[in-house]
This record gives sequence, structure tokens and C-alpha cells, in this order.
Amino acid sequence: MPGKPEESFFMDHSTSSGLYIHIPFCQTKCPYCDFCSITGTGQVADFLAALDQEARLYREQFSAFDSLFLGGGTPSWLTGAQLDQLMNNLRRHFVFAPDSEITLEANPDDLTADKLAHFRDLGINRLSLGVQSFDEAELRFLGRRHTARQTEQALLLIRAAGFTNLGLDLMYGLPGQTLEGWTGTLETALSFAPEHLSCYQLTVADETPLGQRVAAGQLRLPDEETQREFFLLTANFLTARGYLHYEVANFARQGPQAGGLCLYCCRHNLKYWTRTPYLGLGPAAHSFLAGRRWWNISSVAQYCSSLSAGEAPVAGEESLTPEQIRLETLALGFRTREGVSLATLREQPGGDAMVAALTQAGLVRVDGERVIATACGLVVADRLPLGFVGVAGA
Amino acid sequence: MPNIRNFSIIAHIDHGKSTLADRLIQWTGMVEDRQFRDQILDTMDIERERGITIKSNTISLPYTADDGREYELNLIDTPGHVDFSYEVSRALASCEGVLLLVDASQGVEAQTVANLYLAMEHDLTIIPVINKIDLPAADVPGVKEQIERELGLDSDHVLLCSAKEGIGIDEILEAIVARIPPPTGSPAEPLSGLIFDAHYDSFRGTVVSCRIFAGQVKPGDIIRLMYHGTVHKVEETGVFRLTREPRKALSAGMVGYLIAGIKTVSDTRIGDTITQEARPAAAPLPGFKEVKPVVFASIYPVGNDDYQDLADALEKFKLNDASLVYQKDSSAALGQGFRCGFLGLLHLEIVQERLEREYNQSIIMTVPGVRYRFTLADGKVITVDNPLYYPDPSSIKGEEEPFIRTSILIPERFVGAVMKLCLERRGVNSRFQYPSPGRVEINFDMPLAEVIIDFYDRLKTITQGYGSFDYELLDYRATSLLKLDILVNGEKLDALSMIVHKDRAREWGVRVCDRLKDEIPKQQFKIAIQGAVGGQIISRSTISAFRKDVTAKCYGGDITRKRKLLEKQRAGKKRMKMVGAVQIPQSAFVAVLKTENE
Repeated sequence: MPGKPEESFFMDHSTSSGLYIHIPFCQTKCPYCDFCSITGTGQVADFLAALDQEARLYREQFSAFDSLFLGGGTPSWLTGAQLDQLMNNLRRHFVFAPDSEITLEANPDDLTADKLAHFRDLGINRLSLGVQSFDEAELRFLGRRHTARQTEQALLLIRAAGFTNLGLDLMYGLPGQTLEGWTGTLETALSFAPEHLSCYQLTVADETPLGQRVAAGQLRLPDEETQREFFLLTANFLTARGYLHYEVANFARQGPQAGGLCLYCCRHNLKYWTRTPYLGLGPAAHSFLAGRRWWNISSVAQYCSSLSAGEAPVAGEESLTPEQIRLETLALGFRTREGVSLATLREQPGGDAMVAALTQAGLVRVDGERVIATACGLVVADRLPLGFVGVAGA
Repeated sequence: MPNIRNFSIIAHIDHGKSTLADRLIQWTGMVEDRQFRDQILDTMDIERERGITIKSNTISLPYTADDGREYELNLIDTPGHVDFSYEVSRALASCEGVLLLVDASQGVEAQTVANLYLAMEHDLTIIPVINKIDLPAADVPGVKEQIERELGLDSDHVLLCSAKEGIGIDEILEAIVARIPPPTGSPAEPLSGLIFDAHYDSFRGTVVSCRIFAGQVKPGDIIRLMYHGTVHKVEETGVFRLTREPRKALSAGMVGYLIAGIKTVSDTRIGDTITQEARPAAAPLPGFKEVKPVVFASIYPVGNDDYQDLADALEKFKLNDASLVYQKDSSAALGQGFRCGFLGLLHLEIVQERLEREYNQSIIMTVPGVRYRFTLADGKVITVDNPLYYPDPSSIKGEEEPFIRTSILIPERFVGAVMKLCLERRGVNSRFQYPSPGRVEINFDMPLAEVIIDFYDRLKTITQGYGSFDYELLDYRATSLLKLDILVNGEKLDALSMIVHKDRAREWGVRVCDRLKDEIPKQQFKIAIQGAVGGQIISRSTISAFRKDVTAKCYGGDITRKRKLLEKQRAGKKRMKMVGAVQIPQSAFVAVLKTENE
């Protein structure tokens, strides 16, 4: 297992593995969603049985975790009994460290005081709430089942239930959305003092209903310049309000320790970005261990039938070459507050000149041994690695 | 000896020279039909693809004529381009006659005329042949009239053929025997042989192609190359069939080869005279010339690690092409490379293409230039063919550049457009001739530098493909020059520096800035491209930066998809060069050379 990077920025960064469970059930499918999910609960029982089978396959390779992320889909839609079964099974196969971060993704319209209390009883200590917007028209456009009012009530219930680590998912870059409207949504979100905010830009995949509307010319997405404005506004606004922009789309309230350390960063997601091992169970889930990545079948039915036949539901896998590892390290590093090692960048011919030019252009800053993307750098983060790969130097 | 005929085929490009050669070879039974392939003498891929002959080839054809006698017809196939006109002249010097081939639909073109003059200089018997008479667009009477008027040849003796269809081949073979005189010269005289070509054979070393004018040479003889001054012992003599066929000796009148332990082609000189060391000829054969390169460009490997590979490839290349000259060069942007001298633009293109295809080299070639002459303040005269060595402007007292005389043959209706082009390219002393109604031959004195980049393409475009072009080198003439530098974000892109005429500096500066703007992809930061003369910026373009390129979306643990996209993007950067922090694709260096309408 890789050792803990010595100068890691993230206080919460550990080398223990993370566990992700993909729960692919939703009451309705949102028109922008290209994740693996199905509507209806008919297959939940089969799925939970299959998941138990799958967990069994990995109990030797992954014995202990310090993060668990129940994502989807809509995990909050499961009944209490289904969640009990799921958690019991996981605890039967795996060990979770006492201070584990256990996150559940929830939709506002699913939450009641009883349900929230039950989540607490199950050890869930972090909620990720799919708010998306506080604007009713935007919520309708996004095909969300809840209203802004429901969200506000849910937020009060969550706090009342004693959750002290709460993340909100918001979405910007919607057709017709204005910078003022988006600022309003951010303001409302901040009034609940969330520990964490994920601000995603509406990304439309071709095969989704929204994608088809865009292709048919019925819908126009904001141009790049507008998207850039939204991105930078978000970064500046939340940074000014004391949030740490620790990943392209993620912001965490700074803890009392301050000093730049990241108390409320999502420990689980950090594992993806710092190349720490993780196991993903459920359809379409991805896993990473010891330089190997693999991913599951994305059909729920096939996932279940594979496991009932005693087979691993793996759809593909790859073992990373040193060059691929280098690329990933660059790509992920430039997307996070941790940045990339200056020494690594200097290894590339012309690397010094590139760091200097990016610094001059205000896209990165050099902080000791780390090169860290600024907000303007994060806006082009997917391009930054290309300055350090594959070019014949002079 | 009366049964030997030495001849060559001369023609404008595309008038069917190689096809006629093919037919003559087939008709004389040199090759069975099943072994036959088109352009059989053109052994290089690039020759076959472009339909041109780069390297001379010679073949001896045994032929039984209508008179019942056996003849040996030596066909000396010559390169078909002005870049190789010296080689052509040596090949023609080895003949007693030529077939002058004219396309029945295209008629007389610039190279037809140039080739005819060459043949006339050597007092050769000329047999005019109109080819492609089977084409619907063939205008045999019209072309006959052109041959009579423009070339001054008797059209009654013109032969008609379609090499493609095999029509008229017998008549041509008979005319070669009947009209071209047999070689003269006695085997008893001292040896005098003309080297008209040399090939490299990896087993035997240099194979020298020669025409024996007098005397005899055989294995074991000690020969001297009269200009080069070296002495060699002959190992083998023979004639060319489809492959080499050893003979006991080569004697006066014959065309063949000799192998004499000569290591590389560069150890021979085309046009040199072979004689016996023990009993030398009184004087070498006339017409020897040291061939000098006229067009210069630098070649760099795309990958810096490939420098040694390129060095090895050039060395091998040089074994077989004595006319390529090169020396080390280096560029801040492109690293270690070579400054090369070429016989002309086609030669440059051929070298580039063959290095890439036959020698597997990925190369970047810089903007070609000519060799300038500078008189310095201290009276010293220097020549400079590399912008890197452009002298300090304050030390320059005089500047000269090479001039050529163009021969441009066009239908009359294009005179205005072609005049304009030539004047734009600093042409002077225009002269017009009207060789036949509706056709004009335009001669200009023009700087060589003005025709080496996209002149011919432009001429073809404005004359809708009807213009043909040829040139000869004249002399050096006074001029006024500047050095144009190209800066990318303030860093000099030295590989794109060039020496230009002062009136053309701005135009070039704008052109290069525009081309680079189109070729250099957007990057993370703004890129300024500038053309500068001394400290003065004369042109400018800007490439804006990427404004947004990030997926701000939840993608969970699917890192693979992200990395694969990056791997794909990176693949496109493999052939890029760093100048400062700017990544410049190889295509940018090439784009600078392209014509506007490409």
C-alpha cells in the first residue's frame, strides 16, 4: 500500500481504504442523469443479496475501511429494514475504523425525523443532500421531485437530528440561469451553514433526455465564457465566506484548527483523488487497489445474475503502467488543493519553463514543494497536465 | 561497334518517358510479361508514386532489327527535372541520339525546350516522337506544328506512338537503329570513359555507370579518375540488363559499369573521366563541373533522442546521393540537427520524403533559403546560407543574392497574371517570345530565393495547370537584405529565422505570424507571436488561452475514463516542440511553407 504523502495538505488524508456502495434505485430518473440507476424497487431484494455476495468476494483483499459512502441512485429511498440489512451485511464482512466517515446520499423529499434518527442509529455520520437548487423553476427543469421549501424543512430536520457533517449538492450552468440567481441559491445554502458544498456544473450527456433536447436544438447550454463566469463566481464567493476550495467542484468549511487544514473535506472522495485504495460494490462501481483498477457491469439485472451464478460482476479492468500512474497523479493533483509535486513537474523537459509560464498566467502558485492550481487554474484544470506530458523538449 | 546505339529519352514531366522505356524493354524481350511492372526502371517507391525519375538508370537492350542484324541499344534513362540538369547533361554526353517525347495533348512545354537545347549542345541526333496519340484530346497536327515552329525540327520525321497502348514501338526501335549514328572511337587508343552516374551497392561498394569513348577497361586494370585524382583497381566490368551482367571488358562505344573498390558514391564525381594509370588519355573529357547546392534548409529530428539515428540515416543516404551536402546545425527550439544543401527544391523534397519513408526518420525541415554573399567592412567576402550566421548588420558593406533566368511557357491569355506574379517576386528584364500562335515564353531575371517557396504551385494555379517552368542559374546580384526573427511569447523561434529581401520582410512576417496562429493550438495561457527585424516588431498575432476546460461533475471513482481522455490528448502532443513554455506542433514548421490556397 502506498505510504502517506509526507506533505499532504489534507489533514484527513489517510492510507486506509474507502468503501463505496452504489445503490441504483430512484423513484424517478432525472433528465440529466447518466449514472446507473433504475426506477422502482422490484429488484431491491435481489440487489441486496447480490451485494452481500459481492462483499464476500473482497473480504480478504479489503479487511478494514475508514470511510463508507452510500451513493446512488437514491440510498435514502431504501426502507429502514433494507438499510439495516445492508449495513449489517457490510459490518459482517468488513471492519470499519471507529472514527470512520459514513456518508449517505439523500434526497430532501425522502427525509423524516424518524428516518434521520434511524440513519444516526446505523452509524451514518455524514449526509450528502441532493439540493441542486433553491429555485423552483430550476428544480422543475431538473426534474427533481422536491421543492425548495421541502429542502429547507429537510435541512432543519437534519440539524435537529444531530448531524454535524452535512454536504449539499448544488448545480449551476443551467439554461437561462443568471449569475444573480445562482448567487441567491448559494446565499440560501450558506444560511444553513453546511460543512460541505459540491457545486457541479450541469453536464449533459448525449444519451440523456436533456442531451437529446440539446441535440434537437430545443435547449441551449451556456457558452464556455458563461460557464467560466459561473465557476469563478462560485469559487470567489465561497472562498470569501470561509470555505476551502479543495477540489474543482468541492468546498469545505474550514475547521476551528484553521491553518488551512481541511477538517470537513469528504474523506471518502479524497481517496479517489489521492489514489488511495477503494472498493466499489454495486453495478457500475469502480475499484482501485495496488495499481489495478476494475469496474462492474452497469446493468442491475446482469449484476445480480452474475453474482447469483457465483461470478464477480467485473466488466473491465486495467493494471496501470508507471506512465499511467504519472498521468493520473498529474491529472488528479491539479484538480485538488494538494497540487502536484514541483520535483515531478521538473522531470519533464521544459517543466520549469511551463511552471513559470503557468505561474505568470496566474493559473498555479508554487507553495514550497507543491504546485497548486488557483481558481483560474481550476477552470482549465483538465488541460494543466498536458503542459507536462509527451512533448519533446529542447 | 557499328551494332551499338546509345540513346536517351527526354521529355517534359508526365509526357510518358517511363512508359515508353517500359515498352522498349518489353518489345526487346528483356523481361517476360509476368515479371513486368510499370516504370520498371524506377526502382524507388517515390519515383513510382510521383511518376518521376530521380536516379538515372541504364539498360542494354538486345534488338534484332528488320535488316536481320543484332544490335545493342543502350537506353540511358535520365532524371526528369531541372534540379538534376547536370546529371542529365552528363547522361546526354554519353549518347549519340535522343528520343524527344512530346505529349499529343499537352504539346511542347518548358522542359521539352530546355531538354532539346541540352541535346543540341551535345550535337545529338534528335528523333521527335509524339506520344499518347490514343487520347481523345490528342492534337497530332497541332503538336506537329509546334515541333516545327517552336523547336525548329522537321515535322515530316516525327514518329507517332502510344506507349501506353504499345502503338508505334516497332517504328521507334527501327528509327533508333537507322537514324542514330553508331559510336566512334577505337579500343586501341588510351582509355577515356565518362562517369555519368554512380550507385551504391552495400556488397560491392560504388557501381560506376560509364560510357567508354576510347580504349578499353577490364578487371585488374589500374584506373585513374582524372579530376578527382584517385587511383583504383578494377574488380569487375559489365553491362546493365535488368540486373548487372559482368563482361570481360568494356571497350570504346560501350555503356556499362565498373566496380573498383570505391567506397562511397561521394568518392566519385559525375562527369569525371576514367583512364588507365599506365597509359593515360591526353586530356580529360570536357564538361566536368563540381555540382554545388543552391537551396539550403535545416533538418531536425522530431525526438531529441533521435539525433544519432538521423545522423546515421544521412550518412547512409549520402552513400548513394553525392549531391546532398550537410553539416551539423543546432537550434534552441529544435535541438541538434543538420544544415543541408540541395540541388533545388525537388531535390529537397525528395531527400525529405526518402528520409521519412525509406529511412524511417521523423524530421522537421526549416524554411529553405539560398546562399547569400556579404562584403564586410573589412573587405572580406563571406557566403551565408544559414540565418544563424547572418553577420552583424553594422558590419555589412555589400549584399548579393543568386539570380536565375526563368523560362515560363504559357497560353497567351495568362500573360497578365504571370507577369504580375513574376513582378511580385522581384523579376526584372522581362522578355517575351511567341514560339507559336497563342503561346508565350516569358523570361525573367529573378532572385532564386523568390522561386524556391511556392512559386511553381502559384504558377500552376494561376495558369490553371497550363504553365510550365524551367530555370537556369545566372549570377550574383546586389540586393538589400534583412534578418527576420520570429518570437513566441518573447522567445526567439530560431528555426524560423530567415534572411529576406527588405521589401519582403513585412509580408513574410505577417505570413508566418498568421500561419503559426492557425497551427499552434490554444494553450493554458495567451500566446503572442511576433515577427521582428532587429528590435523592431513588424508583425504580430495572438492565440487566446483556453477559457474553460474542466469537468466540474461528480464522476466518483471512475478515474480511468478521465485518464484515457488525457492519454488521447497527449498522443497528439508527441510531435510537439517546446519553445519556452509554448508547445509547437511539427505542422507549424511545415505550414509556414505552404501556399495560401492549400
